[in-house]
Amino acid sequence: MSVEDLNPRAREGVIHPEVRAADDESERGQDGGRLQHAEAATKPIRAPQTREKQPRGAKIRGDRPIDQAEAAERFLAAPLHQAAHDERLWDLRKKRDTSAHGIPEWEELRELASAIKAHTLTHLDQYLEQFEAAAKANGVQVHWAADGADHNRIVLEILRSRGAKTLVKSKSMLTEECGFRHHMAANGIEIIETDLGERIQQLDNEEPSHIVAPAVHKTRMDVAEVFAKTLGTDPDNDDAHYLAESQRETTRPYILKADAGMTGCNFAIAETGTVVTCTNEGNADLSGNVPPLQIHSIGIEKIIPKVEHLGVFIRLLSRSALGSPITQYTSHFRGPRKGTEMHMVLVDNGRSARLGLEEFWTSLKCIRCGACMNTCPVYRRSGGLSYGATYSGPIGLIIDPTFNKRKYSTLPFSSTMNGSCTNVCPVKINIHEQIFAWRKVLVEEHHIPALKQGMMKAAGAVLSRPAAYRAAIGAADSALKVLPRFAVYNPLNTWGKKREMPDAPRQTFHAWYKQNRMQKPAKDAAPKDAAR
Amino acid sequence: MRVGLFVPCYVDAFEPEVGIATLELLERVGCTVEYPFDQTCCGQPMANTGCHAEAAATEALFVKNFSDFDYVVAPSGSCVHQVREHLTAIPQTDAVKKVRSSTYELVEFLHDVLKIDALPWAEFPHKVAYHGNCNALRGIHHARPSEIVKPYFSKPVDLLRMVKGVELVDLARPDECCGFGGTFSVFEPAVSAKMGYDKVADQNRAGAEYVVSADSSCLMHQKGCAERLGLPLRYIHIAQVLNGAAA
Repeated sequence: MSVEDLNPRAREGVIHPEVRAADDESERGQDGGRLQHAEAATKPIRAPQTREKQPRGAKIRGDRPIDQAEAAERFLAAPLHQAAHDERLWDLRKKRDTSAHGIPEWEELRELASAIKAHTLTHLDQYLEQFEAAAKANGVQVHWAADGADHNRIVLEILRSRGAKTLVKSKSMLTEECGFRHHMAANGIEIIETDLGERIQQLDNEEPSHIVAPAVHKTRMDVAEVFAKTLGTDPDNDDAHYLAESQRETTRPYILKADAGMTGCNFAIAETGTVVTCTNEGNADLSGNVPPLQIHSIGIEKIIPKVEHLGVFIRLLSRSALGSPITQYTSHFRGPRKGTEMHMVLVDNGRSARLGLEEFWTSLKCIRCGACMNTCPVYRRSGGLSYGATYSGPIGLIIDPTFNKRKYSTLPFSSTMNGSCTNVCPVKINIHEQIFAWRKVLVEEHHIPALKQGMMKAAGAVLSRPAAYRAAIGAADSALKVLPRFAVYNPLNTWGKKREMPDAPRQTFHAWYKQNRMQKPAKDAAPKDAAR
Repeated sequence: MRVGLFVPCYVDAFEPEVGIATLELLERVGCTVEYPFDQTCCGQPMANTGCHAEAAATEALFVKNFSDFDYVVAPSGSCVHQVREHLTAIPQTDAVKKVRSSTYELVEFLHDVLKIDALPWAEFPHKVAYHGNCNALRGIHHARPSEIVKPYFSKPVDLLRMVKGVELVDLARPDECCGFGGTFSVFEPAVSAKMGYDKVADQNRAGAEYVVSADSSCLMHQKGCAERLGLPLRYIHIAQVLNGAAA
């Protein structure tokens, strides 16, 4: 199969015609050609030149359901942020397409990755024990944590018993799940995030908004503002290199003197007891390898059986996430360096329970690439913080309710179920079908507003009775009075606020059929109607 | 071949011409078409909202209306997707299974079942942006979506190429959702409308005069957005174009 078979546009050298447009000003390599790999944007992001206040995320009120729509509306009310966010993430989606379409066996790779995960998850106990044994044989101290609190307690104990007061860590969604940083701060341990995006979010006291690009919702001006306040940089200098360099320079001293270091885990290899991390900044290597005490936090679903399986996932991960063939660093942590300690904490935190959910267990296949977020048209226009949860975007919609059904009951409705997420998922999780399935579960367990369910009940009652339905539609000219509520199910007329209402037709199809096909012959029936 | 025509509720109420064009087109290509008079809806609004119990009676009515046909044809990828994939609120009797597996969307019925290779009566000399409804594209496989690494195909574009004068324009984001999303359009109006605005702006930039789709619901939403933004775009269902609408 040639590239041209895959897409006729490939003849013109492009999958998306606008990718390599004339205004492509991406970085040049040594041969003078534009660089399409690495994390650089395909084209420079047009950073806003005007100051606009950064919209904040969803309001959190204990266990009360998150109002994602409200937070999304505030995000949209900051058009510069929204446009930059959409453009940046769509750019990643395009680069993902370009690199995926460059690999003819891409769909086979997805199939294979999905099957490896399915196999591992259905033999998880076995592989976890194998991993533990292999890690111990490597000189690693292995711990098991039932939930986030357990994880935090175990880590705190390790730190305290060694007199550790500072810990540098690389990015980990698992530790976000556990509320690790906040817990440690409350116990007098200083935590320093070493990933650029994660550090920005830490300094701004905000959660990550994207699992791969934690600060993607911020503009350079926002970062300049945060760094000026916290790192003492020039508030008027929003040059990306200046800001990144400032973060590196201020973080390095912490890395050099930290008592302990921590990383998350992309893949845990059962056969060798190895933790593998994939990063672009090299900060996981520094966080893990410099301090005398190193800890790796591992979600139990991260296990894969053998080293040979790793290649399948490595080929998919960064291409799906950023469109680059591989991350700059793929680091294997296997055993403690001489004179140091290495700990691995295997964390369940709801995963075993999720494994038992017939319709939702495959969400555990997720390798946290963020491709579903990049492609999600709702996510790109809402910002990740609008979901008010550790995991945002499509994968968040199907994972979050397993943590707290009431609080995240609204999230599966923040989707058009267009299915693009499912198609980009490198491990073939049927994300949009699980969103559909969650809606059913949430309705059955009375987690949707009574108003909404009442409207559906009324609609169902009318739509199942032809006579009532015809009466509701009535004469054509009254259709519009009834339809906003009836066909559009909309008591508040939210349709009309931003969209024109459809024109009132002269008559319904039903009335036309009755008049033209039940009373006279078909041949002189319909006039050729033009589009309105 | 006995074909039962399903005219979805919003087509019946808002876009009767789409129903008429579908009926005429099917007759033109030799089908005997009947329109069961007691039809209403496929149950999608309720099922997509998670309210399956509330959808059951509507689904049962749909099956009752259409159980006697060789094929059921509807001018909507979205409703056909509901019938084929999600009509599960009622017990899956043989009659239900038969209706679900014999229900086709118009484009795939013409393309795959009737294998139409010419539409001599159709002429539409305009610049056209084709909008693939997400359920038609990814749910019932009208075309190869841009995400998937497989050989390119598109059933609606194959049919549009048989229409004299159609000039297809390329969108920057060809299969991005337009934001209609059924009840999403009213429960998340801000995001829905913004997606619609971005979609119609893309169509406008591509130089389209007309936007053609196999789903009236997306068209209704996009038309509402384009009118609000004052863009000179016109929206028409593919059934009308294939049936020879002069525009």
